[in-house]
Amino acid sequence: MHGNDATLDEPADDDPAFLALIDDDGRVEPRDAMPQGYRQSLVRQIAQHAHSEIIGMQPEGSWIGRAPSLRRKAILMAKVQDEAGHGLYLYAAAETLGVDRVDLLDRLHAGKQKYSSIFNYPTPTWADIGAIGWLVDGAAITNQVPLTRCSFGPYARAMVRICKEESFHQRQGFEILHTLSHGTTEQHEMAQQAVDRWWWPSLMMFGPADDESPNSARSMRWGIKRFSNDELRQRFVDMTVPQARALGLTLPDPDLAYDEATGHWHFGEIDFSELFDVINGNGPLNAERMAHRRGAHERGAWVRAAADAYAAKHASRSAGTAA
Amino acid sequence: MSAAAGDAVGEVVGSAVGALSGDAAAQPDEVAAYALRLGDDALVLAQRMGEWIAAAPELEEDVALANIALDLLGQARTLLTYAGTADGRTEDELAYLRDAEGFRNVHLVERPDDGDFAYCVARLLGFSAYQVELYARLASSTDHTLAAISAKAVKEVAYHRDHATQWVLRLGDGTEESRIRMQAGLDAVWPYLAELFETDELVARLGDVAVDPAGLHEPALAYVRGVVHQATLSVPEVAVAPGGGRRGEHTDALAPLLAEMQALPRAMPGVRW
Repeated sequence: MHGNDATLDEPADDDPAFLALIDDDGRVEPRDAMPQGYRQSLVRQIAQHAHSEIIGMQPEGSWIGRAPSLRRKAILMAKVQDEAGHGLYLYAAAETLGVDRVDLLDRLHAGKQKYSSIFNYPTPTWADIGAIGWLVDGAAITNQVPLTRCSFGPYARAMVRICKEESFHQRQGFEILHTLSHGTTEQHEMAQQAVDRWWWPSLMMFGPADDESPNSARSMRWGIKRFSNDELRQRFVDMTVPQARALGLTLPDPDLAYDEATGHWHFGEIDFSELFDVINGNGPLNAERMAHRRGAHERGAWVRAAADAYAAKHASRSAGTAA
Repeated sequence: MSAAAGDAVGEVVGSAVGALSGDAAAQPDEVAAYALRLGDDALVLAQRMGEWIAAAPELEEDVALANIALDLLGQARTLLTYAGTADGRTEDELAYLRDAEGFRNVHLVERPDDGDFAYCVARLLGFSAYQVELYARLASSTDHTLAAISAKAVKEVAYHRDHATQWVLRLGDGTEESRIRMQAGLDAVWPYLAELFETDELVARLGDVAVDPAGLHEPALAYVRGVVHQATLSVPEVAVAPGGGRRGEHTDALAPLLAEMQALPRAMPGVRW
């Protein structure tokens, strides 16, 4: 996985000096010694995050050609472009751990690494673009803001910029829905149906409940994760309920109620069987998303090969000139 | 990036887009017709380039092609907004509520590339070579709005031309396969280049407001030929396609492109988005 000689001196997963650094809120940088489990855990998480960004380009990308005004088209193009940029920062952060982007993409294409299941849901109407921005990007921000303080320096720094852009993405989604909600009856209905489709999948983006989340404790011990899945999910619900009211839209949960005692919004039980079904490849669009990604990659193979050949020729020519 | 995209029109043209009255000698509807041509070229190519986002050969190229598409869309928005001031139509009314015969773009920009990166790059080379020469001269238009739009756009299209150039060089002088594909891309695009440089009475009547495209032929083609030679490829010797886009005569590729682009506003007319 990584041909770094430093691995010979890798500390154990529970190395006291390493844990002391974490406890001291220190940052781990690429050349520092780190436990193999820490490195592998980060590679898996950052790669999955990067894959999610580039697969996430598809559901919105499919609406670039159909955006209903030129202003919306420009914003959507810029947003999907941002997601490609996020993929780039994240693959670069993963590469500081001794892996290669090409290998990570091969693993994605072979189905050996995952991406966020949220992108396996379809975007049948323009309002879905609003709902993705508001709810999916909103949930992503809730997850990612704490990652700006993640113990691994390159990941934390990538997240600072990504979160700034994501917060713009969320606002544009809110604005799309606000316009639709306050438009014609038909537009309002379109917005409500999209929110109905995306609400529960957004809550599932935070992962399984804490007592069902096997990797969480270790990630928290290593300062990669700062808050539990359930804490972050609650934070998202508390933030989103008042925003739904401002939009004039309802959230599809009859159990949603404000709890005076805790100061939090209580929400209904999540049907995780659906989440696991989607994670296991049975979502509405798993096959289509992967086929699109593999197709673009395969169709571009000759272009990448040409770029490599050209670079090699010119390197040897300039070396020849120098000699 | 995104915030700038949303504000592109206001930022570039600003108060200059009040009404068409830049040049005393020119008729406002004729200036509008000219701006519409240039705007339609940019809009239709932006739509084509947008098809590459999330489908490019490499992640860096997704970013670059999106950037080029955004630049072209920004140019289209300012030009359509300006054209619309002649009869009170908005950029969106012009973009979404005209049929194919109302569009005045050249055929080059409407042709589908069917996911062929060589075609995409060959087209961008030819079109941006033309746009660089066009906007460089139009920046001195006696129409202040067209001059301001062009002064900004020429910097953008110089980057597009450079990007296309780098790819033609890499693909032409890369592998045997890429060389064959790049030559085929040039051969397929070449018949459509001539239409860019056709002149007509509208341009003649507009005088110093417009730029006569016939005068751009030599410098633009000289640039393209230079790149083709450097890429160890051959300048195609192929028949010229008929053209007619400036008169609203289009290939069968434009109607489906517009059908996709216009579907939603046409299905629900008169609403805000």
